[in-house]
Parts: sequence; C-alpha cells; structure tokens
Amino acid sequence: MQELIRVEQLTCRHGAVEALSGISFSVAAGDYLGIVGPNGSGKSTLVRVLLGLMPSYQGRISLFGQSRENFTAWQRLGYLPQNLGPLNPAFPATVFEVVQLGLLAGKGLPRRLCRQERQQVQELLELLGIEHLQRRMIGELSGGQQQRVMLARALVNNPELLVMDEPTAALDPEIRDRFYELVARMNKSKGTTVLLVTHDTGTIGQYASRMLYLDKKLLFFGSFDEFCHSPEMAAFFGEHSQHLICHRH
Amino acid sequence: MTILEMFSYSFIQRALLAGTLIGVLCAVLGVFLVLRRLSLIGDGLAHITFGSVALALFAGLQGAAMLLVSLPVVLLASLGILKLTGKARLGGDAAIGIVSSVGVSLGVLLAVLGRGYGVDLFSYLFGSILAISQAELLVAGGLFVTVLALLWLYYNDLVALTFNEELAAVSGIRVRFLNGLLAALTALTVVLAMKLVGVMLISALLILPASAALQVARGFRMTVILSVLFSLLSVVGGIVLSFLLNLPSGATIILLAFVIFCAGYLFRQVAAAGRQENR
Repeated sequence: MQELIRVEQLTCRHGAVEALSGISFSVAAGDYLGIVGPNGSGKSTLVRVLLGLMPSYQGRISLFGQSRENFTAWQRLGYLPQNLGPLNPAFPATVFEVVQLGLLAGKGLPRRLCRQERQQVQELLELLGIEHLQRRMIGELSGGQQQRVMLARALVNNPELLVMDEPTAALDPEIRDRFYELVARMNKSKGTTVLLVTHDTGTIGQYASRMLYLDKKLLFFGSFDEFCHSPEMAAFFGEHSQHLICHRH
Repeated sequence: MTILEMFSYSFIQRALLAGTLIGVLCAVLGVFLVLRRLSLIGDGLAHITFGSVALALFAGLQGAAMLLVSLPVVLLASLGILKLTGKARLGGDAAIGIVSSVGVSLGVLLAVLGRGYGVDLFSYLFGSILAISQAELLVAGGLFVTVLALLWLYYNDLVALTFNEELAAVSGIRVRFLNGLLAALTALTVVLAMKLVGVMLISALLILPASAALQVARGFRMTVILSVLFSLLSVVGGIVLSFLLNLPSGATIILLAFVIFCAGYLFRQVAAAGRQENR
C-alpha cells in the first residue's frame, strides 16, 4: 500500500513552548486516520506543519513520497480548515465561484471551467445538498452552510488525501452525521485517504480505521481495534470511556 | 464650446486615453487591495512617489524621464513595506506609515534644497492630467499592458489568495510571490496615476470604484467589471467636467467617484430593505 504521509521525530515549538515532541507515524493510501487529544494537545499544529502552514520544525515529513519542502503536487490534496478564519464577510463571491476555486487555484494560466468541470461542480453541490445556494453570496450563508461550501471546495478536485481539522464545529447534528457519512463513503468507494482532527472521540470511533492520540507527545497510534484492546488506553481513559468510544453505535 | 469640440483637442484626447488606462488598472487592483484590507498601501506608495518626484526634479529630470527615478524607487518601497511587515515584527499599517513618512520627508527636504521647482512638485501633488505629454502617454500604455497582462495571468490565484491565504497556500499557490507581485503592480499603477489625480488622491482612485462595486455586485467577476465601469465613469466624467467647468481634474474625478460610491451604498440599502420585505 502506498504511503501518503510519513512523519519521523517531528518536534516543533510555538515560541519557547514545545507544541509537539518526537512524533512519528505514517498514513497509507485508503486509511481513515482520526487524530484525537485534549484542547491544546497539538492536533491543529500537527496538521498545519504537515500542510506547510508552519514552516519551522525539526524532524522529517514526506507527502506522497516527497519531502514536504519539495512537495508540489498540492492538487492531490484537499483541506478543510476548522473554520474560515479571517474570511471577509463582504467577500463578493457566489457559492459556485468559491467551489470552482478548488479547480482553478494554483493551476497556472487562467482559464474558465469546461462543460465537464462545471458538471462536476454541479454534481458535488447536489451531493452536499447545497445546489440551491449556488448563486448566493458566501458571506450571506450560515456557518453550517459555509462549511458545506468549503467541503465542496476541498472535494471538487477529487483529492487522494482529504485533511479536515474539526470540520463539523459549525454544523447541526443531522447535517454533521450526513457530512461524516459522505466522507466515509468516499473513503470506502473511492479509496480517498482521510485525516480527521477532532476532539470528539465518539465520532472517530464510528468512522476511523486508525487512531492517533496526541497530547504534545504521541500517546497512541494504531488500528481502531488495537486502540480498543490497549490496556494503556484503558488506563488512560478509564475502561468505561474506552468502551463508550469503541462501542461504534 | 460643445463637448464634441472639446474632444477635438489633442491634449484632451491624450488625457482621456491616459485616464482610461490608469482607471482600468486602479479599478482591478483596487478590488484585490480593498478586499485584502491593503488599501492604504496605495497611500503609502503615493507618498513615496512624492519623494521620488522631488528626487527626479532635483536631478534635473522632466516629463517621462522622471519615471526613470520614480518607478524603481516606488517598486523598492513596495517590497520594503512587505519586508518590514514580515521581518521587523510590524503590522502592515506601521510599515506603510514608516515608508510613507520617509517619502514625504525626502520630498520636503529636496524641495527646500532645490529651490525653484516648487510649482512642478505642486502639480504632482494634485495631478495635471490635461498636461500629459505624448511620451508620458506611451510609457503609460507600456505599463498598462504589462500590469494588465500580469493581472490576467495570475487572476485565479489572486482571487484564491484574496479569499483565504491559508487555503491558497495549500492549493499550491506561491503566496509570498503573489503578495510581492500585488505590491509591485500597485507601485507601477501608483506611479502612473500620480499625473492623473496627484499623489494626494491616488489611494482614493484605488479604493472608491472598488468599494462602490462591492456595494452592488453579486459575484467576484461582476465586482471587477463594475469596478472598471465605475472607475471609467469617474475618470472620463471628471476630465470632461473639469474642462467644461474649469475645475481641477484630479479633485473632480475623485468627487465623482465618491458620488458613485454613495449611489452604490444607497442602492444596497434599498435592495436589502426590499429583500427584507419579501421574506
């Protein structure tokens, strides 16, 4: 199985504070890796370092077999951040324009979408139940609707690796469940590799095939079953909590 | 004099042509700068332009030859603002403040040292588009083609960068390069625009048409198109009005752009009230 992510002895700091220390793990094609840990445990930092958004670190990172510094095939990857961050609410783009950016950004010469690509965007909007919003301005939408637009933007390229950082914080429970089911379907049917950061261990238990538990250091990395039978994790969480996480429904 | 007679004068034709070129550039760049909250970079670079004009006059240069000094100085200043923002732990506003105050100080100092060109310097402060020469028009044409070609080439990447810098970076867009390019294109445009509206009013030409378009447009492409339309309306209308009513052209252009912005704002309020009623 092809290795999409390899991290060796990763250490990084926020100023004088060590945010991550000696982290090593790898993600193979088709994996659904859940990254969990308490607030401030370095989950988002790990994602940001992987994606090159935090340039300074020690250790080795490779993406799709290339060192992160030399990695250029960003179109193989989709990213859904925790929230839209400093998005200007007055940004004058329609939902369709935002989603098509996923196809057009970083591709060199300017071009318009061909008919097939427009169809691709259309189908994705329908799949995510937001086709009726396509002419609405992104700034006019609710937080949950914006997050679905951002998921569409991340998926429109048919990425081999989908990285999501707390993607459902703004979604109501029904939409959240549909969202996770869609991602799980993509993982199973298309073989899309998923890297999901969340503090919701219940969600991870339902969908992820592998678990990474982080608290500045790597406390656990292995398959979901290994996690459920790990005496160390039982001691860490308490047996009752471990059972709740591992009881998938 | 009729408006048709007015258009028969070659200096009016040159002014309208130069105004159109500069108006289009300011309108397109303005959309990116306003949305990225970088509007004041135009103001800072305009102040540096003032210093560079004083330097050129001090060196005995006139007309289009002055661009030989202004262009490199303002380009360097634009990159200086980015460097200060990135390396000196300064916010963009502080970096712009430092660079612009140095530009004005340099201008004032050179104006005092090289007595005798105060009137020339004054014309660059408030613009004198009706006095634009053939050579200056040619340079404006060359720079217009260069800036517009680069904007066209990187349009999608600039839209993505403006939407969200982190997402742009993860899409493989070279964020630092594009930020530098945007600053450099703004520098070129500011140098061109100083003859049109003057150093004091350049930033208004970058901000007002884009801001007016943002009031009424629904979609990014439409925002850029409307910004260009509003800018051309201000520039051409301003030049015609200033000639017919014997008013200063730069100030007339900017006040017309402000009237268009107010109309756009009112339109937005009325449209929002209408949508509210329909719900």
